[in-house]
Amino acid sequence: MHPNLLLLLPLLIPLYGAIACLLCWRWIKLQTAVTAASQLAWTAAAGMLLYHVLGQGVLATQIGNWPAPFGITLVADIFGALMVLTGTVTGLAVFLFSLPGLDRARKRYGYYPLLLFLQMGVSGVCLTGDIFNLYVWFEVLLICCFALLSLGSTRGQLEGAIKYVTINFLASGLLLTGVGVLYSLFGALNLAALAQMVQEANHPNLSLLPIAGVFFIVGFGIKAAVFPMFFWLPASYHTPPIAVSAFIGGLITKVGIYTLVRLFTTVFVVSLSFALPLFLVLAGLTMVIGVIGAAAQIDFRKILSFHIISQIGYMLMGLALYTPLALAGTIFFTLHNVLVKTNLFLISGVVAQAEGTFALKKLGGLYLRRPFLALLFFLSALSLAGIPPLSGFWGKLMLAKAGFASGNYLIAGTSLAVSLVTLFSMTKIWNEVFWKKKKKPAPPVKKTSTDVLRQRLLYLPVIFLMLFILLMGLYAAPVLMLAETAAAQLLHSETYIKAVLK
Amino acid sequence: MEILLPFMIGILFAVGLYFMLHRHLFKLILGLILFGLATNLFLFVVGGITRSSIAIIPETEEVATEPYADPVPQALLLTAIVIGFGIQAFAIVLVRRVYQTLKSNNLDELNSTDKT
Repeated sequence: MHPNLLLLLPLLIPLYGAIACLLCWRWIKLQTAVTAASQLAWTAAAGMLLYHVLGQGVLATQIGNWPAPFGITLVADIFGALMVLTGTVTGLAVFLFSLPGLDRARKRYGYYPLLLFLQMGVSGVCLTGDIFNLYVWFEVLLICCFALLSLGSTRGQLEGAIKYVTINFLASGLLLTGVGVLYSLFGALNLAALAQMVQEANHPNLSLLPIAGVFFIVGFGIKAAVFPMFFWLPASYHTPPIAVSAFIGGLITKVGIYTLVRLFTTVFVVSLSFALPLFLVLAGLTMVIGVIGAAAQIDFRKILSFHIISQIGYMLMGLALYTPLALAGTIFFTLHNVLVKTNLFLISGVVAQAEGTFALKKLGGLYLRRPFLALLFFLSALSLAGIPPLSGFWGKLMLAKAGFASGNYLIAGTSLAVSLVTLFSMTKIWNEVFWKKKKKPAPPVKKTSTDVLRQRLLYLPVIFLMLFILLMGLYAAPVLMLAETAAAQLLHSETYIKAVLK
Repeated sequence: MEILLPFMIGILFAVGLYFMLHRHLFKLILGLILFGLATNLFLFVVGGITRSSIAIIPETEEVATEPYADPVPQALLLTAIVIGFGIQAFAIVLVRRVYQTLKSNNLDELNSTDKT
């Protein structure tokens, strides 16, 4: 297969899948089949792309064969390909969960095509090599998030959606303003061309670069839910059904972090003396505030939503430290967190399907009735908190080590303390949902055999993701190597520039 | 004339943000629309305004005659307008749906999910 086609497939497969779904709007079974095929093909395409990028280095193609700084560029380096692959794995898991776990009405009104368009947006953001296209792909992704969040129009969803839409529209406006500023300063939008201009060091507008940087910090800061700009997240992520919030909550904020890392390792490399201390402060505050917010909650999904914020702090910390080890830590931690967070959301979905509520006070005694589910939660929660030898440990180890090595003892200490509080929150869920005796045992409801089968099927995606998490933890060396190569590639942007501009 | 444009953009940004902070749902929509307009206009002005000439190359020549307007910001602007239009249309439908479901146009009352 031609390598350039490999770069296009992660975009084309979800696009054609979504269009095919729209064409068979009335036939849900056909839509399901099409979506299943697209998810599998998407995963395979992302795997092949990663394999190719690992073997042959950065892969770039120009759409329509216009030469690089003018045409539309698609690029894949290791970090981008890894993000797409993680997205495909979670996409597959969420799709498996939606089969038994989502109501018919939502499937009837376009859940599958929206999910596929959303996945196309994720691929687009990760593979684009042009800053305006980055904005456009983010809009593709966001409009699907808007529609998915409000799909079903229950009271809570509408309340959450209106906050989400407003704040994200604001963030997109700021991003567009930033794109405008960047173009007016340098007259280029291609990431590689911008990176090259910035490195030449005699451009007259170079000292104005932080102005553009501020717009991107705020814009992507809002989208990634960084400290003073995260309030939309806990207000909206717990409202839609799990098949929606698991994918959005697991992946979309990390895509924001991905773009921040990408931009601050290519374009804004000269304004780092201004941005990095800011990132360091924001990272610390994001971790602490997120975890404290989680400690105050008594709803399964809300605790998880606040933990998303807290974990974003760790990823930002790696970017703020800006050493090869720290960036590798960020990459590893991002991959780990997408999988674990999605898995925890899916587990909360399994619990809610069985018990009919997310409120910790009403739940209880699940350890006795569903020991296997308890085990799955136990492993995911410990992985999130960072207990060795599970996957979260390696990410946190790298970040803390990088923090100590670069002399930032405060942030490294904070990250370790926050891990402890994370463990406390997870213990709270464990105690309330699985351990404590249920006060009033519900009257035994007669379950039909299809109900039992449906609930068994819900375990499938959780086990699927669990395998990846265990693999990442117990067999960490190859993934760590991968993260380190990806970080080295990010820090040496010459290869990236060379691949795009030829 | 050009000196007026930055002030106009500033006022549009300010008014848009002010309306968004208002608790009335309809003003939220107005705020979103005005904010979108402000960003679009900003993109247009910051790309450089040139009078009277377009970037179309005459048949007899190899390059366009200077000075001509930079076509890239205009292309970006067109894309941004279309995207903004789509999102604003969605926001209007969403706000109408919120009003139908919640029977209220006060944003301060949209807090039932925050209480546990």
